[in-house]
Amino acid sequence: MSSPSRSPSGDQPRSGAEARLSVEQASYAYLPNPSQAPSFTLEALSFQAKPGEIVAILGPNASGKSTLLQLISGALEPLSGRVTLSGFATHSLAPKTRAQRIALVQQESRLLFPSRVWEFVLQGRHAHGSGVRFESEDDLTIVKNALAQVHAEHLIELWMDKISGGEKQRVILARALAQQPLLLLLDEPTLHLDIGAQVDLLDSLRRLAAENRYTVVVVTHELSLAGEYADQIVLMQKGKCLRVGPPASVYQRDLLEQVFQAPLSVEMTSSGRPRVTLLAKD
Amino acid sequence: MQPLTLGRLFLRCGMLLLILFVTVVIALKLGAVQVSLYGLGRDLIRVLLRQSSGLSTDYGMIVVDIRLPRILLAIVVGASLSVAGASFQALLRNPLADPFVLGVSSGAAVGSVLALIIENQLALSPAFAGLLTPLGAFLGAAITIAGVYVLGRRDGQIDSTTLLLGGVITASFLSAIIMFLMSTLAGGNLRGASYWLMGSLSTVPPGSLVYLLWIGFLIAAGVIYTTASDLNLLLSGEQEAMHLGVDVSRVRIVVYLAASILTGLAVSVSGTIAYVGLLVPHAMRMIFGTDHRMLLPASALGGAIALVMADTVARTVVAPSELSVGAVTAIVGAPFFIYLLRRRLP
Repeated sequence: MSSPSRSPSGDQPRSGAEARLSVEQASYAYLPNPSQAPSFTLEALSFQAKPGEIVAILGPNASGKSTLLQLISGALEPLSGRVTLSGFATHSLAPKTRAQRIALVQQESRLLFPSRVWEFVLQGRHAHGSGVRFESEDDLTIVKNALAQVHAEHLIELWMDKISGGEKQRVILARALAQQPLLLLLDEPTLHLDIGAQVDLLDSLRRLAAENRYTVVVVTHELSLAGEYADQIVLMQKGKCLRVGPPASVYQRDLLEQVFQAPLSVEMTSSGRPRVTLLAKD
Repeated sequence: MQPLTLGRLFLRCGMLLLILFVTVVIALKLGAVQVSLYGLGRDLIRVLLRQSSGLSTDYGMIVVDIRLPRILLAIVVGASLSVAGASFQALLRNPLADPFVLGVSSGAAVGSVLALIIENQLALSPAFAGLLTPLGAFLGAAITIAGVYVLGRRDGQIDSTTLLLGGVITASFLSAIIMFLMSTLAGGNLRGASYWLMGSLSTVPPGSLVYLLWIGFLIAAGVIYTTASDLNLLLSGEQEAMHLGVDVSRVRIVVYLAASILTGLAVSVSGTIAYVGLLVPHAMRMIFGTDHRMLLPASALGGAIALVMADTVARTVVAPSELSVGAVTAIVGAPFFIYLLRRRLP
């Protein structure tokens, strides 16, 4: 594809590439049977994200959020348009190169055989070696640091199937950090967490995005959390992107009520962020 | 944090190698004809020093010309089946996968029998004919695993219950085919149906085929070993492995082909020996953990140890007659399968 855009950004820790994510008129259609109409279509949409920025893809169930995330991750190839990271189409990257630049945190990580937390986080280093490799001291340091960044260093010797849901989610995030990516993708990271763990996780994310200059894309249907933590909102409904912009401009009461089919109120806080309150239907 | 290092890997493999050596010595000693440990040690050293001519005793002949080749065959067959089992378990994300349970061994047996029939019909030269059987076995194994894989897929995902049922049904179907071929087309060198259905190490193939077996094992197992780190990640699922940097489709095809070669080679010289590929990788996993960089060589050595033991039991418990080695492995393996089934599947 094209060459990477070289920009003199001083705040980027990884040399040679700026972690700019660019979605340009990208669309997708699931075709279970080529002769029939697609079962789901994601209409062309565009947005861009800079290093250190958190983008929330927001919408109700079946709005196309996860499909969009798969397009961004490069797992799916856009039907039209393109998704690029630092100028490279994410779908065209070799699996190993892609994993060095993009880390995906999925809802649940299922393990066939139990492993220890450190072994699990070490998986994030796979893309940085070749063939059969034995872990270096650097790898082990990176694992420890990744766990420390999500405040989970005390879990390092525990078994993955013996820790709580919130702890597991932080360990999965640590594995993604061990990949040392430019782009961090999260699919409903707060789904099975209680409120305290949700806030912990999102605080970590905001801190990590700022410190490591990750570009972060989070899929969520948590209206209030997205409004509180995201720099940009991509509002989705039924395979269409309705709005892209900062929370303050996207969070309009009529629009959100129509998308989420629930009565709610939106008020601006002193920090300039919208606060959403769900109201009972009566 | 104690990650696997090359030193630890060699140390553990060295211990297994030592156990294998002891097992081999015991297996050489046990049998219908009594052999003294002293005579055995003396003769082994002579063989190692390539002074076979110095073998004076009758039992030296029995040990070196009859028992040793059979034990070497058990080593390579056991190692092949175990490595194939460990590979299938990782690729299919199914702890119960094994060449026998999936029907792959039966497919290889059908391929072998068909190849033998073709050899008979065409009256090929023995050198060429010797190559046709393992080739037929490989093709039989590869086609069967492809078929079972398709049977086990539902909505683009491998469903473990469907996969296992598909494998078991395929195995019983292919066994019936073997019986059919045996009773209709049986020629002089087809061996008995029980050989193909239960497995036996009593017929040691000619030297050239044994070399092929070892070379094939080393290449196929070596190729699988290069994907050991990838297999570790595949345990978390194909999607996740892909996002962590594994070239899933390449690893899948390479490992399926290599595991089919291992199964095909083993079955072409020993029939379908049950459960070795299931039992051994699990035992090794309990001892050494799930890391394939350790698990694959441990399974190879453990499989060799297990099959040498099983074959020694098979040829000594009812001496001077002997059991099928597959009967011995099944007596141990089937209850173990039930245990895993009750423990793993929801």
